[in-house]
Amino acid sequence: MNTSMSTKGSPRDRVTGTPFTRGLGILVLAGMALLIVLGLFVSPADVNQGESVRIMYAHVPGAWLAYLAFIVTAVSSAAYLWNRTRSLTWDRIAGASAEVGVLFMGISLITGSLWGRITWGTYWTWDARLTTTAFLFVTYIGYLAVRGLGGTHQQRARRSAVLALLAVLEIPLVHFSVELWNTLHQEASVAGRGTNVDMDGLMLFTLFLGVVVFTLMYVWLVLHRQRSLTLDDMLDDSGLDNALTARRAEGMKR
Amino acid sequence: MSRSLQGSAGVIATARLIAAKDLRVERRSRVLLNQVLPFALIVMVMFAFALDSDAVLERVAPGLVWLATLFSVLVMVSRSFAVETADGALDQLRSAGVPATGIFIGKMLALMAQLLVLVALLVGAAVVLYRASFSWEGGVLLVTTAIAATCGLAAVGTLYGGLAAGAKGRETLLPLLLLPVVAPVLIGATRATESAFGTNGIAISEGWPWFGLLAVFAVLFSVAGAVAFGPLLDD
Amino acid sequence: MDNAGFIIASYIITFGAVGAYAIGVIRRSRKSSRDIPRDQRPWL
Repeated sequence: MNTSMSTKGSPRDRVTGTPFTRGLGILVLAGMALLIVLGLFVSPADVNQGESVRIMYAHVPGAWLAYLAFIVTAVSSAAYLWNRTRSLTWDRIAGASAEVGVLFMGISLITGSLWGRITWGTYWTWDARLTTTAFLFVTYIGYLAVRGLGGTHQQRARRSAVLALLAVLEIPLVHFSVELWNTLHQEASVAGRGTNVDMDGLMLFTLFLGVVVFTLMYVWLVLHRQRSLTLDDMLDDSGLDNALTARRAEGMKR
Repeated sequence: MSRSLQGSAGVIATARLIAAKDLRVERRSRVLLNQVLPFALIVMVMFAFALDSDAVLERVAPGLVWLATLFSVLVMVSRSFAVETADGALDQLRSAGVPATGIFIGKMLALMAQLLVLVALLVGAAVVLYRASFSWEGGVLLVTTAIAATCGLAAVGTLYGGLAAGAKGRETLLPLLLLPVVAPVLIGATRATESAFGTNGIAISEGWPWFGLLAVFAVLFSVAGAVAFGPLLDD
Repeated sequence: MDNAGFIIASYIITFGAVGAYAIGVIRRSRKSSRDIPRDQRPWL
């Protein structure tokens, strides 16, 4: 019994961690430190954008990874719906990836509008890319809400997988219609002004490093979240009663 | 499992039965007539309070018509599925082997018919309250736009309504799911209606591309709904 | 540095939010793992 006591939720126990993720985590932290040093201090200011280009090293990789995360969600949802590859693991990967995607997208929207405030003088413009991004953000918040609706794991998986595939249909339509709306009914949008960046070697390297760091960060986060979702599902399966009995027994022993 | 409900003929028969049933429920309960239509009208009046200028109202009238429609869609979809889930009717239909595609098409058609009535009333309200006006030619564009837009709205509404049906907290979830998806309908229908009304001197011919967008939307989501509705209900 | 406040704020928001999320995930999974034996974790 002693061994089980020491493994049950003690702070030493890295529940969702493995040697691989621990190594990955150290790599991410080191890369993050390097990115901050390069992005904030070492890399030069841009000819056109000035210092505000430094925000780009955090903003661009975040936005890209958010898009990637939503692609991963769509692909794993399709994998869940396909009979031959049906597994709740796909569903949890889809859920974890969507959650991380929403996080990255939220961050990118904020950093992007801070950048816009400096460069364009406005937090927001109605260009198609920005507007679509906002819709993507709201759509996946809705997706996460649907995941939380309850029911059996299979119900949740099926519902959310269908929803994730519907989002693939929705987003191009939204983008297309916003683009039409823009070209016909507004003057040339402010986007495009001041966006041309003349990147020298160090700036490109910093941006590249940003993409690498954010990708590793994404993998780390999705792995851990996927495992914690697995734990949650197992906890559901084992039932509340079971858990309560176990806790009572544990309490008695102490 | 009755034989008449199998195959594609079964889908059509189911769709007709379900649509007729939904419309009969409406005829007897008069929820659309006594609650949703007055709600939409009061929204139109409230817009006038908020914008407080005849010139502005005339300019934004098309957008307000469709915005009021969207708000009403949320209420109507909730209603459409409250009828089905109240006594577990949806589950019983499914366990009786009724094709999901037929259910989807039937509920969608019933919703579309009700939406058309609503839109007609809202356009009338725009004419009376916001000084909108349109020619015969504009009327044709308006009618085709309304058909395409309500078809798209009904398809998306039924699909997402079915998704949230029976779940706790669906009333608050539905707007969050539905509104981002129907943004193209709002954009397309508003622009088409603007040219039908001749708002800001926009020519009627400029409205037809927007009708195209609405038609594409309607077709895509009708097909997606017909395909996806089965897996959604099938638990 | 011009606009230092905005630039530093965007870095703090970015890494702060990711860090907070990571800590949240770890804490949540630690909580739910209390009643699940270690040998049932599929990734170990």
